Amino acid sequence: MGRTVGNNRFTKCLAVLITSLLGGGAAQAAWELNMPVGATDVSAKVFDLHMLILWVCVAIGVLVFAAMIYCIVVFRKSKGAVADTSIAHSNTAEFIWTVIPVLILIAMAVPAAQTLVEIEVVRDTEMTIKITGYQWKWEYEYVGEDVSFYSSLASESNAARQLNTDIDPFEVENYLLDVDKPLVVPAGTRIRYLITSNDVLHAWWMPDFAVKKDAIPGFINEGWFEVNEPGIYRGQCAELCGKDHGFMPVVVEVLPKEEFDVWLAEKKGGVARAAATANQ
Amino acid sequence: MSATTTHDEHHDDHGPDKGIMRWITTTNHKDIGTLYLFFALAMLFVGGAMSLVIRAELFQPGLQFVNPDFFNQMTTMHALIMVFGMIMPAFVGFANWMVPMMIGAPDMALPRLNNWSFWILPFAGTMLLSTLFMDGGGPASGWTLYPPLVLQTGDALPFAIFAVHLLGVSSIMGAINIIVTIMNMRAPGMTLMKMPLFVWTWLITAYLLIAVMPVLAGGVTMLLTDAFFGTSFFQAAGGGDPVLFQHIFWFFGHPEVYIIILPAFGIISQIIPTFSRKPLFGNDSMIYATASIAFLSFIVWAHHMFTVGMPLAGQLFFMLSTMLIAVPTGVKVFNWTSTMWKGSLSFETPMLFALAFLFLFTIGGFSGLMLAIVPADFQYHDSYFVVAHFHYVLVPGALFGAIAGAYFWMPKWTGHMYNETLGKVHFWLSAIFVNVLFFPQHFLGLAGMPRRIPDYATQFADFNAISTIGAFGFGFTQLLFVYIVIKCVRGGEKATAQVWDGAEGLEWTVPSPAPYHTFEDAPEVR
Ligand SMILES: [Cu+2]
Repeated sequence: MGRTVGNNRFTKCLAVLITSLLGGGAAQAAWELNMPVGATDVSAKVFDLHMLILWVCVAIGVLVFAAMIYCIVVFRKSKGAVADTSIAHSNTAEFIWTVIPVLILIAMAVPAAQTLVEIEVVRDTEMTIKITGYQWKWEYEYVGEDVSFYSSLASESNAARQLNTDIDPFEVENYLLDVDKPLVVPAGTRIRYLITSNDVLHAWWMPDFAVKKDAIPGFINEGWFEVNEPGIYRGQCAELCGKDHGFMPVVVEVLPKEEFDVWLAEKKGGVARAAATANQ
Repeated sequence: MSATTTHDEHHDDHGPDKGIMRWITTTNHKDIGTLYLFFALAMLFVGGAMSLVIRAELFQPGLQFVNPDFFNQMTTMHALIMVFGMIMPAFVGFANWMVPMMIGAPDMALPRLNNWSFWILPFAGTMLLSTLFMDGGGPASGWTLYPPLVLQTGDALPFAIFAVHLLGVSSIMGAINIIVTIMNMRAPGMTLMKMPLFVWTWLITAYLLIAVMPVLAGGVTMLLTDAFFGTSFFQAAGGGDPVLFQHIFWFFGHPEVYIIILPAFGIISQIIPTFSRKPLFGNDSMIYATASIAFLSFIVWAHHMFTVGMPLAGQLFFMLSTMLIAVPTGVKVFNWTSTMWKGSLSFETPMLFALAFLFLFTIGGFSGLMLAIVPADFQYHDSYFVVAHFHYVLVPGALFGAIAGAYFWMPKWTGHMYNETLGKVHFWLSAIFVNVLFFPQHFLGLAGMPRRIPDYATQFADFNAISTIGAFGFGFTQLLFVYIVIKCVRGGEKATAQVWDGAEGLEWTVPSPAPYHTFEDAPEVR
């Protein structure tokens, strides 16, 4: 479908661009253009920080570009402008445009540092999940629960992403953003994650949690997240890890606490049963 | 030939050799500058063709043309070729042509070294390109060559590393030559603070090169010993640390960013005053700002690695030092704008490219500032937002700087004016397509598209399609540039010595085209 209506898609893009520039973008359009607000308190703070710096940059940009455009429009030789060669330097001007940016930068650094401290301090976590990157899948281990499994690209996506296939990616639901077994976590729970890799570097990126952390062989990184709303969240590996780097998505299913407990119990039962069968 | 000429006749007929040997044996800074520039132009199309393979594959979701491994080879080689084969040689070409003429020197200080540093390049470039045909294909780990992934490269690994060594040797020799020339061969009265900004930016760039190219050489050598001699610098299994390589690479890599952009700053600082018919505003503070940027570039490297899991204090330090770079960079932008203030502006092609640089480099600077903010960087890092950011500083930044310089000095080099109408067409097509190409990539990154992927989820389809249209438009527009250059070399309206009525400086006092040897008697600078 998408292939034959390229033209429509193009006009749709322009429409999205224009409406969002006018501030009236639909929710979906806003998501396509901008960073997601996300599903955690941290991701919302990161989004606010992003918007703050964006608007500061836009404001400075408007002033600087206005000055440039003014020069271009007003001081044209073709309009008879004569150069005033006496203006060669001004220590006052240099001082002003050194000090004001420094002040603006300090104003930006303070909230940035506060948010950073909040992200980096891992405390009061209620459960721990160990994430291991492989070429090209993720392994999730529920530490202390004896539950672990691999999470690979869903088979529909995998079929559609082959070089000589007839499958239209637009016909595949959540193309490249779907896995066979997602990471399942409870909502409203402060979850600590440990992350490492078994081969090359990977990075576990979940835009809705504002989490991106490198998986490094031989080293363990840690962090935390707490998701408020149950739902399914999708991200991808963000560090080049070889030929299938684009094909190892990150999918997290957030369940209400009680449902998660049921899920975990079932999983543990499954493992116990499997172990029992293996022992026979 | 020279054996039969007497010493005196030799002096009268000091022209170049004829034929191919002129170019192979030349020690003339203008010939070598020309070689560098044409080599860079050729590499622009080699690296550009690779980027079109990338963009063609990304035109729509699904894999249509190449397999993922070849896609990764393309992203890797595109970057290596563009950085080491195109933009750096282009600016060394400008330095060769212009630095001696701008400081009133007869040639570069070390002419044979000069010949050698150029002639390494075609061989190093060929070796690098040949890896694409080796067993296992070319390097596919990104130009950052991060281990452990890079150690999975096939037969290409030692060849790619050796090519990087050679390219580094060439750059270091070029840098030594430029420093020695500037320090020792300035005309009487050409004090350091009187030097044109282009010479200043190259002096600082040359020091950066000498400081960091050996660091890269050391890093890739450690990769080589890890791969073939049983060491474990970067292999955790043997007690090594993969992140160590990232520190080494970016200690080179961040100054490298300024190695690429500072000469462009220099060119822009020559062009804007010329077409504003006014001296550069705040000349001295421009020099100090360049030096501050160069110093700061050594203490910001880890902002490329905020996601590796650094201590909080480290993240805060690198965030603050990176934000500081915005200050001297801002000073430069404000000074350029003030140069135009109450000037008498005209808009020939070099000025148009310089103005596009001013606007679009500033956009790249803004996104750079955003990337410095660590919590937000956790979202931007390794996404298309980063791709958009560095392409804004490298394409409408560095490359537009080089193109502006080419139009600016082409009449001096060839003795002919280029075709102004075609130049303007080239400008407008380039300026429009470069934004169609790179601006949507900001949105893709923010919406969650990682970089270096051959295929993507369907919600990224629209902006990718637009970006690809921009890429092909931009790529084919550059063929027009080649046509303009060839046409200008062959003929055209005769250029005067001054060429531009607002031009000032020693290079505009010699005839156009500049004689094969200039300033054999040093000019007096008041
Ligand atoms: Cu990966």
